[in-house]
Parts: sequence; C-alpha cells; structure tokens
Amino acid sequence: MDFNLNKQQELMRQLMREFAENEVLPLAKEIDETERFPEETVLKMARNGMMGINIPKEYGGAGLDTLSYIIAVEELAKVCATTSIILAAHTSLALGPLLKFGTEEQKRKYLVPLAKGEKLGAFALTEPNAGTDAAGQQTTAHFDGDRYILNGSKIFITNGGVADVYIVFAMTDKSKGTKGISAFIVEKGAPGFSIGKIEHKMGIRASSTAELVFEDCAIPKENLLGQEGKGFGIAMGTLDGGRISVAAQALGIAEGAFNETVKYMKQRVQFKKPLSQFQGLQWKVADMETEITCARMLVYNAACAKDEGKPFGKDAAMAKLYAAQTAMRVTTECVQMHGGYGYTREYPLERMMRDAKITEIYEGTSQVQQMVISAAVLK
Amino acid sequence: MKIIVCIKQVPDTTEVKLDPKTGRLIRDGVPSIINPDDKNSLEAALQIKDNDPDTRVIVVSMGPPQADIALREALAMGADEAILISGREFGGSDTWATSYIIASAIKKIPDYDLILCGRQAIDGDTAQVGPQIAEQLGIPQVTYAQKIEVNGDTIIVQRQYEDFYQNIEVKMPCLITAIKELNEPRYMTPGGIADAYSVKNVTVWGFADVPVDPEKIGLKGSPTNVYRTFSPEAKGMGRILDGSDRNTVKELLSELDNKHLL
Repeated sequence: MDFNLNKQQELMRQLMREFAENEVLPLAKEIDETERFPEETVLKMARNGMMGINIPKEYGGAGLDTLSYIIAVEELAKVCATTSIILAAHTSLALGPLLKFGTEEQKRKYLVPLAKGEKLGAFALTEPNAGTDAAGQQTTAHFDGDRYILNGSKIFITNGGVADVYIVFAMTDKSKGTKGISAFIVEKGAPGFSIGKIEHKMGIRASSTAELVFEDCAIPKENLLGQEGKGFGIAMGTLDGGRISVAAQALGIAEGAFNETVKYMKQRVQFKKPLSQFQGLQWKVADMETEITCARMLVYNAACAKDEGKPFGKDAAMAKLYAAQTAMRVTTECVQMHGGYGYTREYPLERMMRDAKITEIYEGTSQVQQMVISAAVLK
Repeated sequence: MKIIVCIKQVPDTTEVKLDPKTGRLIRDGVPSIINPDDKNSLEAALQIKDNDPDTRVIVVSMGPPQADIALREALAMGADEAILISGREFGGSDTWATSYIIASAIKKIPDYDLILCGRQAIDGDTAQVGPQIAEQLGIPQVTYAQKIEVNGDTIIVQRQYEDFYQNIEVKMPCLITAIKELNEPRYMTPGGIADAYSVKNVTVWGFADVPVDPEKIGLKGSPTNVYRTFSPEAKGMGRILDGSDRNTVKELLSELDNKHLL
C-alpha cells in the first residue's frame, strides 16, 4: 500500500497550485460578489489543456489518471470553489458519460472539442419534482422516426446557460419507471431548447446555475447516448464519478480555509501572544488537521479505486459525505477563529463557509450518500 | 533550429535559511524549483519553437538525481529532450569546473544553433556559468537579453543595462543569457506532464559519458575557495509613506533631513 503521490501527480499539483494562485485567486472575491461567470479563467484553463485532464489523448484530453484530475479540482477549490465546480461539472458529468457510453462518432463530434476546452459541458438530471428522487423524471422524449422530441424542464443545472453541450435525461417510456429513462446529447441552440431562470445562490455564486426548458425540442436520433431505457444507469454511474470531484472540491475548500487560519494564528496577537500559543486553539487545529487528512485519504482512495477499475460507488459516497462535512465544520470553525474579521468580506473565510454548504447538497445530498453507503454494507 | 537550454534546480530561496554554525544552506524541507531566469530562457526557446515547429529544444542540467523532476517540468512545458549530467565525480565543482563539464557534454550534441541560459541562479548568484560555457566552447555570447529575434542565421538581441539597452546582432551558433524581462514563462500542461513521463525521457549522462579530464572537475578541479558564508544581519523594518505624492515627498525630505542624509 502506497500513500504517496507519484512524481507525475506531484507535478500536476505544482502546476495547478501555480495556476490557482496566479490566475484564479485574484478573481475569487470579485466574481463571488458580482456573481460573474469567470469566462476568462475557463479560456485560460482551455488554453492550458486543463479541460480534459483524465480523458485519453486520442479524444483530445491530457491522458492522465483520475487522481491527477482530482488534485486539480482540489487545488482550484483551495482558492475558489466556483472555478473548481465549473471544471468538475464539465469533466465528470459531461465528459465522463460521453467517454464511457458514447459511440465512436459521438466521441469524435462531442468529446474531442469538449476535452480540448473548445466547448463547455453540463449535465441535466434534476427537475422541480425529481431531486433526490431522480427516478421521478417528468421530461419526456418522444421518438418520431428519425429524431426525438423533448418536452419538460430541468433545474439547478451547473454550467447551465454557459455550456455548449448538455447531457440531458428524459423519459422515453413512462410506463417502465427507471427503465424508461434515456440520456441525450443536446447542443446549445437546438430548436425548442432555451435557458430559463438563473439562480442566485448562497455560495459558488459565480458558477452559472440555470433552468433548462425544452419545448418540442428536436434532437437527431444519433444523439441518444447509450441505449434507450438505460439512462438511469448512466446517470447513477456518472454521479458516482462526479461525487469524487465534489468530495475533492469540499476537501480543497477545507484546506483553503485551514491554511488561511494557520497563517492568521501566527500573526494575530491577543493578550500579548499570537493565537497559535493558545492551547484551546491548538486543539482545534489538531482536530481540523486530522479531519482534513482523513478526508484527503478517502477522496484519493475513491479516485484510485476508479483508476484501478474497481467498483467505487461506496468509496465515492464515503469520500463525499465525509469531505463535505469536514468542509462545513472546518470553514465554520475557521470563521470563528478569525472572530469579527472572519465574518467580514475582507477575509475569504465567510465566502469559503458559504461555498462549503453546497458540497453537502449537490450531486447527492449527504443523506443520499448515507443511503448509498448503508445499502452497500447491508446488501 | 536546434536549441540547447541549460537549467539548474535550485532551492526556493524565499524559503531558505543558513545554518548559523556551519554557514551552509539548510536544504531540508525546502522545495526545489527550476531557477527562475532559466525558465525565461526555456520560454524563449519554446517561443522560437512555436514559430518554427521544426525547432528541437534540448534541456540540459547538471545536478544530483533529484534534478530529474526539474527536467520533467521542462519537458512538461514543451521541451523535446532532456539530459541530466549526474555523477559523484562531478560533486563539489565550482562555476569553472561546472561550465567545463557542461561544455564538454554539449560538445557531444551535434549541430546546435543556440544555447540559452538564465542570467544567474538564485542560490549562488554568480552569473558565471553561462558565459563560461560560451568561452569553453569558443562561441560568441550575449548576456542579459530582454528581447531576442531570430533573423536567418543570426539573432538580434536586446541587452538590458541599468538605464539603456543595446541591440546586438550575433551569428549562430552562440550563447545567450536571459533575464526575467525577456518573457513570461508558460505553465506546464496536463498533457505535457503525461508526455514527460511517457513518450519523452530524461537521459542521464554519468562520468563515463562525458569526455572530461578528471583533474579539472569536482573539488580538486575547482579554483574557487569559499572563505566564509554568513547571513547578513537583519536590518530594521522599512517604512512605507502613504498619502498624496506631495505629502509623502515632503515627509520623505524632512525625514532624510533629520537623519542628516541631505
């Protein structure tokens, strides 16, 4: 058993840390306050080949492993959770299913430009009445000979409105329940496809979260992803992978807040000594460091399991459950340790605390992760 | 074109301290990086390659086996080949012996057009190795380049001085040393990192691979004797004057006057 990163993964961390500090950190505060989608950062990530890190080179990616990609999400999240989820939703949720379930033709047409960063991807499963109960899809897709006609709407879609390619789930046969769900590739600008409400959120405020509306939206039959009726499995399998990246995001948020706090503790003097010399605070630091290390082990373990081709659903659920809880606990504690300063926008802690909360909710709430874990244990 | 870029792996001196007893660098736990000026020289080579894809960029470094990662980083930025000159016999070499060894290694690389080096390394700060390599090879050198432009079989170099610059046209093969104003080094790319550990490789040249006179390398081949190294005494904190130009200049003048410096 080897807990060390290899040299390639270490170089990946060095690259992403430099990129995050030079290109992402300077924008983090501004884009949070203005809810502005950081197009320029996405362009820079595209130019630097970061939009398809774990996609094989033959499909326009970098050809690295899942762990290298997870490290990228973690390093971005340390300074800006918004930027990390733009990359994570694109890579795990759009490129992931295209790579795994796409035909060669679909890969050439969609995966290659997405992995090169020429286009941005998104994943659309959630509906007003189908959140945790994802099987309750009400969007329909009716086959009419050479195309599918989609009707319905999706909500809370990350990268919605800014993405060029969407993986959309819809009922092709309502009578079959989850076996009647199919997955489709929908391009921006498809007739009958429009963007509805853009959400205003507590955290990850510069990430675009949108409603998608389909009104007799015609999709060529070649854009069915996988087989008809297999959409639910595609969605669940994709989310298993996505959870590792959200877990990495949560880990990064916790690490970012913790690093800021360690720095602050050495500088801030109260009662004539730095905060770092107060035992009560030292104990908090010890607990946080331990929790973050546990979270990191769980996240990397899930990524390695995926790389090794092992079943990783339970590992991913445990990583996300624990890392998200850690992010919430650590950021809340770090705001507390900064006192009044932590509550102001002058310091990044309050942003990190707001950003942390979503990791307990999206891509399966913490309660869904508990369902997945217990189902695997009690089967 | 064939371009050789010489790089050095150095401790990140923003994080380095001297052992007060021995006067030596405390290297434990200090991250190693590619010397910043050397990164500018690599970027210059890669920009030439961007314009002329037939260009081949070969990175050369002398150092311990751990310098491998610095060369992999250079490969991940886009260099084509990497050579690590590494062997116990080379240890203890000063700038003179080092440039002799590197020049001897470069002589094994046929038909190069250009050698690019950083101006100086942030650990030793001598700025000697680049120019000495050129002397050893008997080729022209232009130092402190802030701009370079390939022009047929010559290169036009803009050299930086404190308050002016100088344009020099030099025939290739030649050696140029880069300063940070030359360019903004690019990032590695994830795909480049994958290549650096798969399709590309770092070739290690040991003592047996480099044709050198054993008397002219290592400690015994090094004419430099370090008499003593020490940390300069910490000076008091500086003061930053805030406010309008008019007021800060006034305050500065009165302060200098008080200290009898005017």
